[in-house]
Amino acid sequence: MKKIAKEIPFQKILAPLSLFVFLVLLLEYLINHDIVQAYLLPRPSEVWWSLTHDTVEYFEATQTTLIEAIAGLALSVVVGISFAALLSVSKWVEATLYPYAIFFQTVPLISIAPVLVIWFGYGIPTVIISAFIVSLFPIIINTLAGIRATDPALQDLFSLYGSTRWQRLMKLRIPYAIPQIISGVKISSGLAMIGAIVGEFIAGGGLGGLIDVSRTQQRLDKVFSAVLIASLLGILMMLALHILTITAFRRWRDLKA
Amino acid sequence: MNHLLSTENTSISLRQVSKDFKGSGRVIENLSLEIPQGQFISLLGPSGSGKTTILKLIAGLENPSSGVVQVPQNHNRFGRGYVFQEPHLMPWRTVLENVALPLELLKVPSPEQKAKALESLELVGLAQSQHLFPHELSGGMRMRVSLARALVSKPQLLLLDEPFSALDEPTRYHLAEELRKIWIQKQMTIVFVTHSLSEATYLTDRAVVFSKNPLRITADIPLNLGLERPASLRIAPEFGKQLTKVFNAFYHEPSTSQKAGLS
Repeated sequence: MKKIAKEIPFQKILAPLSLFVFLVLLLEYLINHDIVQAYLLPRPSEVWWSLTHDTVEYFEATQTTLIEAIAGLALSVVVGISFAALLSVSKWVEATLYPYAIFFQTVPLISIAPVLVIWFGYGIPTVIISAFIVSLFPIIINTLAGIRATDPALQDLFSLYGSTRWQRLMKLRIPYAIPQIISGVKISSGLAMIGAIVGEFIAGGGLGGLIDVSRTQQRLDKVFSAVLIASLLGILMMLALHILTITAFRRWRDLKA
Repeated sequence: MNHLLSTENTSISLRQVSKDFKGSGRVIENLSLEIPQGQFISLLGPSGSGKTTILKLIAGLENPSSGVVQVPQNHNRFGRGYVFQEPHLMPWRTVLENVALPLELLKVPSPEQKAKALESLELVGLAQSQHLFPHELSGGMRMRVSLARALVSKPQLLLLDEPFSALDEPTRYHLAEELRKIWIQKQMTIVFVTHSLSEATYLTDRAVVFSKNPLRITADIPLNLGLERPASLRIAPEFGKQLTKVFNAFYHEPSTSQKAGLS
């Protein structure tokens, strides 16, 4: 634990937190003195009141969103790594399939989300698919880069002992790519959260559904509470992955070994 | 067309081998070299001369552009070991798992893998470090693990590509002495690529000196320094004599080959 504490210095938490507290107090002051209209931004105190009184509602929404985001991300990891492994097989396969990988990067989610509803219905599957679509590309790209960077000397060693393609992939290329896969997953974790919430806008449920419903009810306090929770979730997911990297994958630090 | 032929013959033989690379042109030209079984031979040449390419040709990792590379049948997949300039271990595997890698790839049953890997680690004096990870080892220890990995399939042919060049001098001396002992014990062919004249003189029984651009043999020197070679041999007068021979061959190329090199 000590090591983790060292890697995230106190300063890095305290400084942004102080700024946050200052901005909250400033906003409260501005709204109280009618410098900012209350229909544009909610009073931080109202947001706090809503958070503490509708806790169960937020908790349930958060749970749904988190599960959907994680499920979408997990799907991305499995599909992304497999797809990248497939691309790495040959130049021809890569040339054929790479444009389709880019599709996942460039497709505007909001425009295909209604189609997803037609395909997968209202509810959880659509949201998971939407989280999956936006979080897939960084994992493909990072895995592919990691596989491509595999130590040529070790590749020679595998050839020397007449390894199979499968041995080379599973015992060398994918393990070698793990640090880069993890940085892909880090980027994707934030995207999966966004994808889940956008999906929920259309398919309902979770924090996204809560934001959408509260918006129509002009409940800005609830909208902001949900947004606050959503961004906190994103940060927590990144942090969890960061801790995972520096504990479970310490050995990869010197790849030249 | 496969230029790498297995033969009943017991020596490794390269006949009129040339190798071209896209971009860098002809690296090796018309090279003929015979390495009898069990010989400890060094290939000496300036950096960038293509010494590593010769090793790769012998290992079957590269094919010659023309000419023939013949390797005895007993130097099959099990019969070859290769050590690079750097240890190139897998950071996610323990020392033992790293050493067992070749056996895994050769699909040796796993209980046998472990026993053989341990045996190989004992040979390089690292049995006690079997459960450590590469990042927990010193540079010299990593190189030993790399050597143990190359020896684990009990190869008839060991190919070494400047394996000591990244190590400090005391470690290098120590490892060289041990390598010579392993060679005496295991009776295999060792091809040792280096640009260190003293390492070649100390370790091997024959030094082949190359010129650069393209690679050609300029001298083939027998090194008669006996079978057992303690570290103290490095300061003995006869070592100096042999080293002088190698030095002269390395720095005073015969003018004929220089001219040939330019043509």
